[in-house]
Amino acid sequence: MTGPLLSIETLTRDYALRGKGGATRTLRAVDGVSLAVEPGSVFAVVGESGCGKSTLARIVMALDRPTSGTVRLGGDDLFALGPKALARKRRDFQMVFQDPYGSLNPRHSVGRIVAEPLHLLDDAPRGRERRALVARALEDVGLPGSAAERYPHEFSGGQRQRIAIARALITNPKLVVADEAVSALDLSIQAQILRLILSLRDRHGLTVLFITHNIGVVDEIADRVGVMQAGRLVETGPVREVLDHPREDYTRTLLAAEPTLAVLGQRKRRA
Amino acid sequence: MLAIRNLSIAFPGPDGPVRVVDDVSVEVGRGESLGIVGESGSGKSMLSLATIGLLPKSARTSGEILLESKDIPGKDILVRNILAMGEHELCGLRGRRIGMIFQEPMTALNPAMTAGQQIAEGIRLHRRIGRAEARAEALRLLDRVRIPDPSRRIDSYPHEMSGGQRQRVGIAIALALKPDLLIADEPTTALDVTVQKEILDILDELVADLGLSLILISHDLGVIARSTDRTLVMCRGRAVEAGPTETVLRHPTAQYTRDLIAALPRRARAGLGDQPRLAAGGTR
Amino acid sequence: MTALAKLPGPVLRLRRGWRPGSAALLIGGILTACLVGIALTSLVWTPEDPARMRILQKLKGPLVSGLLGTDHLGRDVASMLMRGAFNSLTTAFAAVAVGAVLGTLAGVAAAAGSKFDAVLMRICDALFALPPILSAIMLGALLGPGALTAIVAIGVFMIPVFARVTRGAAMQIWAREYIMAARMAGKGTARITVEHVLPNIAGQIIVQVTIQLAMAILTEAGLSFLGLGLPPPAPTWGRMLAESQTYLLQAPHLALAPGLAIAVAVLGLNLLGDGLAARLDPRRRQAS
Repeated sequence: MTGPLLSIETLTRDYALRGKGGATRTLRAVDGVSLAVEPGSVFAVVGESGCGKSTLARIVMALDRPTSGTVRLGGDDLFALGPKALARKRRDFQMVFQDPYGSLNPRHSVGRIVAEPLHLLDDAPRGRERRALVARALEDVGLPGSAAERYPHEFSGGQRQRIAIARALITNPKLVVADEAVSALDLSIQAQILRLILSLRDRHGLTVLFITHNIGVVDEIADRVGVMQAGRLVETGPVREVLDHPREDYTRTLLAAEPTLAVLGQRKRRA
Repeated sequence: MLAIRNLSIAFPGPDGPVRVVDDVSVEVGRGESLGIVGESGSGKSMLSLATIGLLPKSARTSGEILLESKDIPGKDILVRNILAMGEHELCGLRGRRIGMIFQEPMTALNPAMTAGQQIAEGIRLHRRIGRAEARAEALRLLDRVRIPDPSRRIDSYPHEMSGGQRQRVGIAIALALKPDLLIADEPTTALDVTVQKEILDILDELVADLGLSLILISHDLGVIARSTDRTLVMCRGRAVEAGPTETVLRHPTAQYTRDLIAALPRRARAGLGDQPRLAAGGTR
Repeated sequence: MTALAKLPGPVLRLRRGWRPGSAALLIGGILTACLVGIALTSLVWTPEDPARMRILQKLKGPLVSGLLGTDHLGRDVASMLMRGAFNSLTTAFAAVAVGAVLGTLAGVAAAAGSKFDAVLMRICDALFALPPILSAIMLGALLGPGALTAIVAIGVFMIPVFARVTRGAAMQIWAREYIMAARMAGKGTARITVEHVLPNIAGQIIVQVTIQLAMAILTEAGLSFLGLGLPPPAPTWGRMLAESQTYLLQAPHLALAPGLAIAVAVLGLNLLGDGLAARLDPRRRQAS
């Protein structure tokens, strides 16, 4: 297959808000966004809270419908598919969430959690074969296969995020959307998870849509980046180009606000 | 101005007491800002709670937290141990001597009161001034923390404001009683970077213009680097390294500090010399 | 979407041993177990036949005739109290079962974002406006007094109680990310409700069941006091209280015995509920 794996065209999502006195107004959460993600690459969408990046992620995951525009995955328009066909298509795209404490059901064993997306497969393995598959998925993300019998509370935040990644990968998806997947983690753990995502990309040819507010993370992981502001993609391009030579004012503002160690020693001069 | 000496904090656990802060000593001078950095569970928040006497009742402490006191007439400087204070004394201390800024201003603010009421409430609790005077003072403080259109915002409720505006109100409340020391526990963690920058600018300004002392607790070395003079690095309740911020970050002596710096995204490390991006590979 | 990055400081772990609510749980559990034990025992054994009248032995004090004396018809109070426990408990259990099942169903359906959410909750509001005593009087006029009247009257009143608790708890669960993960796995609303929502709110429902059982025992006593509960000769605590009124000065034990029984049963179930609530409190559990 040639061409982008994921292509989004003029995607718009409006929400009706009920204001004071029953008057409704429309909030345009996503405003004419177009982007294309090549297979095997990491595309980061960066923006501040309320910029619409999470709405975009939800639509790409077909958890929400756009007001207008299309989302094509491997050539199929997701919102032109019937419910049955969409369910079959879901095995090709999965999601990793922000909060490793909220994204795993505390009452389910890790094995059951990781196996949940197998529900999407008609020919999902059962019994011993299924357990072996789950164990392999866990080992793939750097956890012991025996973790399957344990429960989420027995794991640290970083390990939980690995479990969430194992769950996202169990159906061998082509696209994984990671929504702030490292934002809730300590720095050292964050670096480990980013490395894991990159290594999975390299080993499985995974395509990743990485939603984040953290430019440092974009710089580490992304091949291409789109900067979102107020529902619009204001600047898109290769990560080096956008971060090193930003064209838009907003991108520059965002880059300048990022706290880095480069300011070391400037403090005394200011004061 | 504030000296913490050999502070240990422990909680009773099923297998004997659990030490969350272990023999930590650190000082903050007047007009100085101290950064405390560490990952979750490092004990940095417990340290700040101890400083304003807000530790949970089950906590056992040893060591001392000494605060210079200047409001006793006849004596220039008196040193008091916060850990030995009763609740009544602590109430006078909180706010008047030490102001606290919290991570999530939405939960730290009372949703049923306007910004102005909450600021004025603190002022009137500790000082005998009239309502109108307190309101004027609140307006001045809102202006000080650079809230846009303060005369309108003074009558806003927390839910009508953005996160950054709420945090400014939080700072204004902390400033209301003219404290000598501000403690800010992850004050910008819940905020966007552009807003974070504005809030940190305000804190910098308060230290520089009003001569306040600041203890800034953060997990973000970038924040620590830009806004503090000295830094204490904590790991699992222990002080692993302390010194001038620039020295600690440029020439870390402890392995833990080096690991923290190495875990920073490459961009955030910039300024320490160019370093490569993360390599895919080892997952440990 | 905000960077939540940090959990506050180190977290205390109080794993084994004395945990929140342990005392309440222990005492409440023992009282409730005794209550259920006595009720079940009464089916196979009571000191006397609780319905047997011995007019010559009437109004005897405690320990003079039987453990707790006799009433105005010479019936053994201890035996009546035991059988009364069974009658009160079965009515209360049945009523709470009706309320819990229907209420929970309505609650999870409403929380699942069903189009009937608003309608369901308005119906619940309407039901809530019918206090069980009033509806029992109306029902009693229609059906005549009896167990069914009491069960329906109390049970219907409890539907909105359970519906609200369940809806609130379930809506919190629906906001969790693991629900979104389940939707990514192609699971439908019903399946997610059964697999993810119900197991995570079961604790809160169980707590509510114990508290509402106490309520139901109290209400059942009130209904039979008014003559709207089980018809005579079946002994119930409420009617024992009602019949004792005439003899309050002559034989105070007749009022004290069922009164204390009701108080102890309600106390036991409430303690059990409080203990369970403390033990199952998600805020105290999720800390670890």
